[in-house]
Amino acid sequence: MNIHEYQAKAVLRQYGVAVPEGEVAFTVDDAVQIANRFGGKAVVKAQIHAGGRGKAGGVKLARSMDEVKNHASELLGKVLVTHQTGPEGKLVKRLLIETLTDIKKEYYIGLVLDRSIGQVVMMASAEGGMEIEEVAAKTPEKIFRESIDPAIGLQGFQARKLAFSIGIPNELVNKAVKFMLGLYQVFVEKDCSIAEINPLVVTGDGNVMALDAKLNFDDNALFRHKDILELRDLDEEDPREVEASKYELSYIALTGNIGCMVNGAGLAMATMDTIKYYGGEPANFLDVGGGASEEKVTEAFKIILADEGVRGILVNIFGGIMKCDVIANGVVAAAKQVGLDRPLVVRLEGTNVDMGKKILNESGLAIHAADSLAEAAQKIIQLVG
Amino acid sequence: MSILVNKNTRVITQGITGSAGLFHTKQAIEYGTKMVGGTTPGKGGTTIEGVPVFNTVEEAVKSTGANASVIYVPPAFAADAILEAADAGIELIVCITEGIPVFDMVNVKRYLENKKSRLIGPNCPGVITPGECKIGIMPGYIHKRGHVGVVSRSGTLTYEAVHQLTQLGIGQSSAVGIGGDPVNGTNFVDVLTMYNNDPETEAVIMIGEIGGNAEEDAAAYIKEHMKKPVVGFIAGRSAPPGKRMGHAGAIISGGKGTATEKVAAMEAAGIRVANTPSEMGSTLYQVLEERQLLEKCKS
Repeated sequence: MNIHEYQAKAVLRQYGVAVPEGEVAFTVDDAVQIANRFGGKAVVKAQIHAGGRGKAGGVKLARSMDEVKNHASELLGKVLVTHQTGPEGKLVKRLLIETLTDIKKEYYIGLVLDRSIGQVVMMASAEGGMEIEEVAAKTPEKIFRESIDPAIGLQGFQARKLAFSIGIPNELVNKAVKFMLGLYQVFVEKDCSIAEINPLVVTGDGNVMALDAKLNFDDNALFRHKDILELRDLDEEDPREVEASKYELSYIALTGNIGCMVNGAGLAMATMDTIKYYGGEPANFLDVGGGASEEKVTEAFKIILADEGVRGILVNIFGGIMKCDVIANGVVAAAKQVGLDRPLVVRLEGTNVDMGKKILNESGLAIHAADSLAEAAQKIIQLVG
Repeated sequence: MSILVNKNTRVITQGITGSAGLFHTKQAIEYGTKMVGGTTPGKGGTTIEGVPVFNTVEEAVKSTGANASVIYVPPAFAADAILEAADAGIELIVCITEGIPVFDMVNVKRYLENKKSRLIGPNCPGVITPGECKIGIMPGYIHKRGHVGVVSRSGTLTYEAVHQLTQLGIGQSSAVGIGGDPVNGTNFVDVLTMYNNDPETEAVIMIGEIGGNAEEDAAAYIKEHMKKPVVGFIAGRSAPPGKRMGHAGAIISGGKGTATEKVAAMEAAGIRVANTPSEMGSTLYQVLEERQLLEKCKS
């Protein structure tokens, strides 16, 4: 799960990690009042779940109350297109109004899981403000790493090594170390999956603070973080994905015209791949899970059909413990209930496959059965034209 | 021979009185797996499906001589169950549970470093040696005893591969699901090493997916050490970057972990990679034919 920058900074503040003073504004009036408290000068930052806001014109400096008002009016309600939003962009509904920071130098600090060793790694670089992927590609020697033993956590000497490596001024190293230790504490205690401070800045008055902050959280751990779950902004998510999550369906919207319903994540990906391999375009990823019950299949159909771009559906089920006849009954019942109005190709394989196919054939519905995934993909591509 | 499990493996179910634990314990017993007991804290002293239930894994091991356990407990308690099994000296721990917090697994992995236990999973279908021992949620009947090893990050794609092989008359030595999570107990290289050393295994099907670099590591191992032919498949060629495709570990992040990179690494290591999952079995069939292993693998 992602949260906004202002929310991430509030979480950091709880742990004593230094961030500039700031507050969220939902209206121009809010923005003006907050900036007024900051003495009339402020940074106005668009809050959307995407990076690259600065370059896209989503971060503006205001040196007077008029400028605050102008920037806030311009940004609120604007569709911001950054390199991470896709061409459709994201609508700005919230602003972060922050005090001005006297920046001396920018750095990068990040925490991620290194899957190959199963440990968290802290990364640091003097190339603040640049995307870390770009630094890694062009000048990998400029990124310093410390992997963290989970039994003892990030140690002071590791943070010091990183701070010296990236050239934090000697007199500020202790502040940088405190910052890093606090950031690691947030990362672990809140079950983050990514923490990125880009840039971390050293200020004219001798502080080390997070000018920007990105925190992502492990969805599987949200059950133990009610406070974080409250920060979820549904406006930032695809409404179809939100709807699917209510039924514990794993769904991801794509841009093609062939809807897919599959059991198992690997098989669901492979189904999309096969459609693409034969020249079609999948409209979605959808894993109905191992126990594909009639209710789940029905909800999955509804979500797929609600997408007007979908011109045909491919159902691909490998019936293991869940038998094909049970699944076939579910598909037929669901198709009847939702009033299926687009071509449907079903490929069933596994336990009781013949009974399953018989049920589909005798359903009276225009269901096209296929024996293999390859055949099913080619059939549905032909049917959608 | 086979890998990891055989007819002498003595298995307990952790979470045996839960619905999934109970259902799959029954299925395992029907398949012929030597199920010797189970645990559910607070239900010790009772009997279910003819096997004794214990409060702790330690008691279960003492009473039954179990050397393997399978975990069906809910995600919030699953890491604790793995630690308990390791502490009790269980040699093979198979964790089926999906949805365990990543940090719990980071801690588990660290704890297991100095233990003799091997963990398979989590978020996996389990391990099977056809005709001898089934630990997990895979449908037993699609398997056939034989000489091809299967290893996969995905459950249903494992069933697809096994089913296709069986339909072609090619049996399996073992099939191992290593799971779809970013931090797991056993990786491709571990399982490939076992298949490489297993005299019964003649060839391997390896099924990977986007995210991480386990497939690249496997390709490097295969190029350097593997004596047996390997056929592969990678799911997620059409997956968009930055999206988690169902499995917690199936995500292209920062442009890394793409199917294209993985397929390229595997092909460079001499692995034949199937274009679609429908071709996993036939691709292996062809390779066996070319290597003159078909006769042995079809027997």
